[in-house]
Amino acid sequence: MTATGEPILRLRDLRVTFQTPAGPARAVRGVDLDVRAGESVAVVGESGSGKSVSMLATLGLLHNAEVSGSVKWGDTELVGASTDTLRSVRGRRIAMVFQDPMTSLNPVLTIGKQMSLVMKAHQPNLGKKELRTKAVDLLNRLAIPQADRRIDAYPHELSGGMRQRVMIAMAISNDPEVLIADEPTTALDVTVQAQIMELLLKLRNEHNLALVLITHDLGVVAGSADRVAVMYAGRIVERAPVLGLFASPGHPYTSALLDCLPRLDRRHDVVSSIGGTPPNPADLPEGCPFAPRCPKAIDACRSDEPNLVRIGTSDVACSVVAAGAAVGEPV
Amino acid sequence: MKRYLARRMAVMPFLLFGIASIVFLVSRMTPGDPLVTIVGERNLNNPEIVAAAKAQWGLDQSMPQQYASFMKNLVKGNLGTSFSTRQPVMHDLWERLPATLELTIYALLGGVTVGIVLGVLAARHRNKFIDHVSRFFALIGSSLPAFWAGLLLLYVFYARLGWLPGPGRIDPRGLAPNKVTGFYTVDSLLQGDFGLFKDSVMHLILPATVLGWGVVGIVSRLVRASLLDEFSMDYVRVARAMGLRERTVVNTHALRNALLPTITIVAFTFAFLLTGAVLTETVFSWPGVGSYAVNASRTLDYPAIIGVTLLGGTAFLLTNLISDIAYAFADPRIRLS
Repeated sequence: MTATGEPILRLRDLRVTFQTPAGPARAVRGVDLDVRAGESVAVVGESGSGKSVSMLATLGLLHNAEVSGSVKWGDTELVGASTDTLRSVRGRRIAMVFQDPMTSLNPVLTIGKQMSLVMKAHQPNLGKKELRTKAVDLLNRLAIPQADRRIDAYPHELSGGMRQRVMIAMAISNDPEVLIADEPTTALDVTVQAQIMELLLKLRNEHNLALVLITHDLGVVAGSADRVAVMYAGRIVERAPVLGLFASPGHPYTSALLDCLPRLDRRHDVVSSIGGTPPNPADLPEGCPFAPRCPKAIDACRSDEPNLVRIGTSDVACSVVAAGAAVGEPV
Repeated sequence: MKRYLARRMAVMPFLLFGIASIVFLVSRMTPGDPLVTIVGERNLNNPEIVAAAKAQWGLDQSMPQQYASFMKNLVKGNLGTSFSTRQPVMHDLWERLPATLELTIYALLGGVTVGIVLGVLAARHRNKFIDHVSRFFALIGSSLPAFWAGLLLLYVFYARLGWLPGPGRIDPRGLAPNKVTGFYTVDSLLQGDFGLFKDSVMHLILPATVLGWGVVGIVSRLVRASLLDEFSMDYVRVARAMGLRERTVVNTHALRNALLPTITIVAFTFAFLLTGAVLTETVFSWPGVGSYAVNASRTLDYPAIIGVTLLGGTAFLLTNLISDIAYAFADPRIRLS
């Protein structure tokens, strides 16, 4: 499924800096990303690559961080927006599902109460009965058995998968246009992971949702994303349609990530991994931040940080690849 | 739940028995002579009177004998007769408990309410002006000695400004209301005497403030700390990400969790105030258990001392039980068994 039309969410040169005792940590360093209705975009990267932080910054949920650049939902600028503006967008236009359903729900409030609070935040006219009916409806739609009873349950009485379904039900309860899912399956059993992903995709199709999937799991990406943005050290190093990315990865980092995936057509006595560690955002190396771990790195990589360049259907930020390919326009 | 309660109740008599034994021992080991109170200083030189008094109060018996008869009476609910008031201790306590309870309840209600509000404000405006003001206010409350704060307040609001009445439960020229509950604020209303009601409320303001201020200190600091803990929880971030108002995030989501530890502290404070309002009651001539306790220990009034201590012990055990039950209601993850 490919979506066309105006992007519904548009990130431009988004930058996030945290002040740490070790100096400013530049967690996100200029991210451009468009998301359209009905498409799913995966943001992939290792821990600390800035994928979650850029999404939290999108909703203005970061405290003690300097955020610059632009995030536009439609015509509304969200970076530096007032609390009221942000609040009217959060949950109503752009909703978010988080990684750990165990801690994402309040332990002392019932499921129904928490869902009601979310709906009431944006639909204050709903009465108690309507809220309850709607909540049961939502739980039913997310295939939660005995929804009319589960609604009075407390989070600890539900399994991890059920809790994540409840989280998703909360997230879609105000009919948002964008759903950001931050590692929605990481904390779940493998068997449940597939069900949750299926559910998210079904919702995307039914509601024409724009789905932003934050993950470090390329397996999840292959089955669910239309486009992929690979992040490294706070920047997008490759943007590509999902098929193109898997068939011919542009950036050496993407290739390295793909090599880490176990495959049926290869012998795997040892699971391969990328040597070295991601750089510290408070102490980034000069040049391309991936250069110290990159098998293709040349001297130029250690002095100049490359920008994204269009190569075929992909945008790649790599000097070596750009030099070897028929380079298109810089993007 | 029922079984849990039954088990807790069943243990209580044994705990009280232990408390009574320890207090019995400690009070007898205290240097001093209760006979001074019983017969008066002058008669101490008269061996006949002393011997008669000793026999009358059972002080001529050996310690084990005294202990045995004390325990026998205790089982029957008899705490003995006070040396100084010459009334059964049970009767004395029953007379004085309502005064203390009334003062304590108002102090606690006020202190907990103000404490929670201050704690929430301080947490929401962490390290801002209002947080510093609340910290200062709490610090004063928990560090000012009650006798000093009490005298100061009396001096300012009674002696200088004349806005509030002086010590005592009501105007000394007035009559106490007929005893129904023993709470003057309630009894005065029951007999429809609004003047008396107002008078008793005015008399409560200063001592309840002194007593409640310390509670404000404890509760506001605790609420602030546990709210800040909750603010870093995932579910708070989720609530914000879903577009909930900050007021809802704090009051409905975070506060519910943050108040759990407060339950224990409030229960503990209540029991503490019941017996610990000694200084406040003394400064304000409050005819409660605290001033009774002061008098009892000053005169080595053994039965009264033991009576007050057992009352305190019972209060601690009961409030502890109540706080555990309240906890189970407030936190669905806890099932008492």
